[in-house]
Amino acid sequence: MKVGFEVNGREVEVAVEPRLTLADCLRHQLRLTGTHVGCEHGVCGACTVLVDGKAVRSCLMLAVQAEGSKVVTVEGLSKDEGLTPLQASFRKHHALQCGFCTPGMITTAHALLSEEPDCDADRVREVLSGNLCRCTGYVSIVEAVLDARAAYKGGS
Amino acid sequence: MKNTFIGAPMERREDLRFLRGRGEYVDDLAVEGLLYAVILRSSIAHGRIASLDISAALKCPGVHAVITVKDMPNGVPIIPMRLQPLPEFKPYEQPVLAHDKVRYVGEPVAVVLAESVALGEDALEEIALHIEPLPAVSDHATAAQNRSLLFDATGTNCSLVFHARKGDADATFRDAPYTRRERFSTGRHYGLTMEPRGVMAQWNAEAGRLTVSGAAKVPFFNRRILAKQIGLPETAIDMIENDVGGGYGARGEFYPEDFLIPFAARHSNRPVKWTEDRRENLMCINHAREAECEVEIACTREGTILGLRGHAYVDVGAYMRTNGAVGARNVAQFMSGPYRIPHIDIDVALQLTNKTPVGTYRGPGRFETDFFRERLFDIVAQDLGLDRVAFRRRNLVSKQEMPYQIATITPFESKDEFDSGDYQATLDRCLDEINWSEKSKLAGKLIDGHYHGLALGCFIEGGAAGPKESARIVLERDGLYSVYVGSSAIGQGLETAFAQIAADALEVTIDRIRGVFHGSTSYVDDGYGAYHSRSVVMGGSAILDAAAKLREAIRAQAAQRLNCQASAVEIVEGVKAVGPGGNSVALNELSGESISAEGAFLNKKHTYTYGAHAAHVAVDPKLGHVELLDYVVVADCGRIINPLTVHGQTVGSLVQGLGGAMMEHLVYDQEGQLLTGSLADYLIPTASDFPNIRAVMLEQHPSPINPLGAKGAGEGGIIAAGGVMANAVANALSTLQVQPRELPLTPTRIWELVQAARR
Repeated sequence: MKVGFEVNGREVEVAVEPRLTLADCLRHQLRLTGTHVGCEHGVCGACTVLVDGKAVRSCLMLAVQAEGSKVVTVEGLSKDEGLTPLQASFRKHHALQCGFCTPGMITTAHALLSEEPDCDADRVREVLSGNLCRCTGYVSIVEAVLDARAAYKGGS
Repeated sequence: MKNTFIGAPMERREDLRFLRGRGEYVDDLAVEGLLYAVILRSSIAHGRIASLDISAALKCPGVHAVITVKDMPNGVPIIPMRLQPLPEFKPYEQPVLAHDKVRYVGEPVAVVLAESVALGEDALEEIALHIEPLPAVSDHATAAQNRSLLFDATGTNCSLVFHARKGDADATFRDAPYTRRERFSTGRHYGLTMEPRGVMAQWNAEAGRLTVSGAAKVPFFNRRILAKQIGLPETAIDMIENDVGGGYGARGEFYPEDFLIPFAARHSNRPVKWTEDRRENLMCINHAREAECEVEIACTREGTILGLRGHAYVDVGAYMRTNGAVGARNVAQFMSGPYRIPHIDIDVALQLTNKTPVGTYRGPGRFETDFFRERLFDIVAQDLGLDRVAFRRRNLVSKQEMPYQIATITPFESKDEFDSGDYQATLDRCLDEINWSEKSKLAGKLIDGHYHGLALGCFIEGGAAGPKESARIVLERDGLYSVYVGSSAIGQGLETAFAQIAADALEVTIDRIRGVFHGSTSYVDDGYGAYHSRSVVMGGSAILDAAAKLREAIRAQAAQRLNCQASAVEIVEGVKAVGPGGNSVALNELSGESISAEGAFLNKKHTYTYGAHAAHVAVDPKLGHVELLDYVVVADCGRIINPLTVHGQTVGSLVQGLGGAMMEHLVYDQEGQLLTGSLADYLIPTASDFPNIRAVMLEQHPSPINPLGAKGAGEGGIIAAGGVMANAVANALSTLQVQPRELPLTPTRIWELVQAARR
């Protein structure tokens, strides 16, 4: 069946099977492979994308459910050249190693900071506890998110 | 050689692609005409395959083929061991598909090739596999009874016993003023990579060439295995390393799928891709750690250790896999840790069970033995009324004793020695960092319903496995340098660390290093990869060699242009060559072609990073919950290439260790069924579990065995975590006389220990 939605500011229409997840649709049909699939049961958070501004696990959502939505993936949060302040903060704090969980961390943190630019360390940890990382031990990720708060203040 | 970039906390090159979703992991690959492989796996732990009927599956929509052992008329290939390939292990090596028997839940039986993963999974349901169950062997004690045998031909479930020997333990124990024997055990863990495994294979029938993407860790070794199994020359196979979402010892070893997918591609003459799902990952990738030991110490009443002896049992699962003996070997060799123990006699039995086979997981054998030994030390110190810090201080190997010989392992006659260091210094620093003198006053105190506990422990971490690593550096025509290495990247930041080393070795600014190209078999003739914390020492030293040779080659070429002796040529900032008279030539104008040099580093010794951990916990006796108030790792890793990455790896590995100490456990039932088949069951630490952790990385004692002075690092965080957390909990609950002897220390287990103590 056909489903139409917006991805990273672009209108798309794709033919999908009803059982196809949004994650697989993004990765394999739209070739947006920045969204990663780590568990397919909603625990690891690597596949997190923004659907109408909310952080959503794209492995737990069917592509057909995205009809009419605005979807933003890690590619859509990036600039062609250089890094966004959040990405630069991740790099500065060495908040990634193998990079596999990183797109989910970035989308989750972006959604958090967009809503709550004044969040504290406990809040960051609470929200990021839905995203598993096996390399960093999370300390540097929390530091990176806290350090990026300034860029989200004042509605930027 | 300059020293500009080595030692600087440089932001990583890799991050630019990872942060923008531009990494390329194996499942991201897509090619025309791709078929998807899904694998039928045994749902029974132990049994005989009575029948396998694929006819209905072949009729399913979108199914291209179903591969079974019948498609392998020349026999089902066996996966050989990579490390410790002893003849004793041969009968226990794993076939790529189960045929007569199945020996663990998850063992591959058939492969469906379909137009999509979903269609392939539909067809899996239509395969009729009938297995006659046999009694499952679900733990090492049952295995030792040899009543139900995994391999009838050998008559035993014990594949080998490693012996660690030093001095004369029997005589020592006979005359010892004090001995104490204890029994401990660790849980079953695995190197959970966030990216599940994947393989994509492309067969070019005209050229007779096979391209295999998804290689990791040891691509050259795996190519040797695959070439032999599939009947192709090694040079007809390219192993391509993509971005790799974590290694930890598990990812990149040769698994059944590393044969099955290339075989399927040739069989079908179509490109084939397989991506592991998380449930498969939990029951197929190497397990690790599960061990039990009965260990006995002999010492004086003042606390000088005289000897250590005992028996350990490692549950190696159903087969001996590529590196499946390393953990057991290390349990034997590193039971003594960084301590001076003159007499050692330890046996370690490798017991086969109907579980997923084991391999290495970060700090193999070391995490287990640090728990056994450090726990024993605290029990002994308490028993003898000795201060536990003083007890360790008295027995740590001293600087003057370096290099220090440790126990010899047989079979495989493996001798080893600690290379360098001041073990007291890292202990002192660790005590300072955690403010031991003040904080230890809280030991055992009940504050606001929580018991406070302190603990410390020491570790050594091996690195730099030989025999060799290769590098090639090319001065490109545009004057930039490309670095090619046999080392592999598994997320550790190799491209950045190696660019730092190359820039300093070439005496150029780091932006002149165009790229570091690694892993794939097409870059250098011979590579050894990433394991045993070897990349920086082995690959980095090979880069130094290649850089020196490239500079010689550049001087020789420039000498011709400048009409002088090569020795008189000076290379300035890596961009121009200057002759004795001041005349010069730009390197990008030196010749019409690039200039290349190969280098290597050969090594038979190991580096030993060392250090200490300390923890401060608060235990809730009602809930069994442990709050980690402070945790410090101090490690000396010889020479630091990039402080940012070595610190990051240490903190990361500490959290893995805390997971192993407090929550991680692959649970099987008596039938050999894996009960922890999802990430909701196999718990690993999240961002909210352990916020208060620190690592201090030192470089006081460079390794004498390599020109960089570096030591393999990054595993040090995980190694002591189990022992230290268990000792901290014991210390907190000392008024209840709780003595944890098993990991993980889940809330339930701690609560049970508290209940038992109160009865």
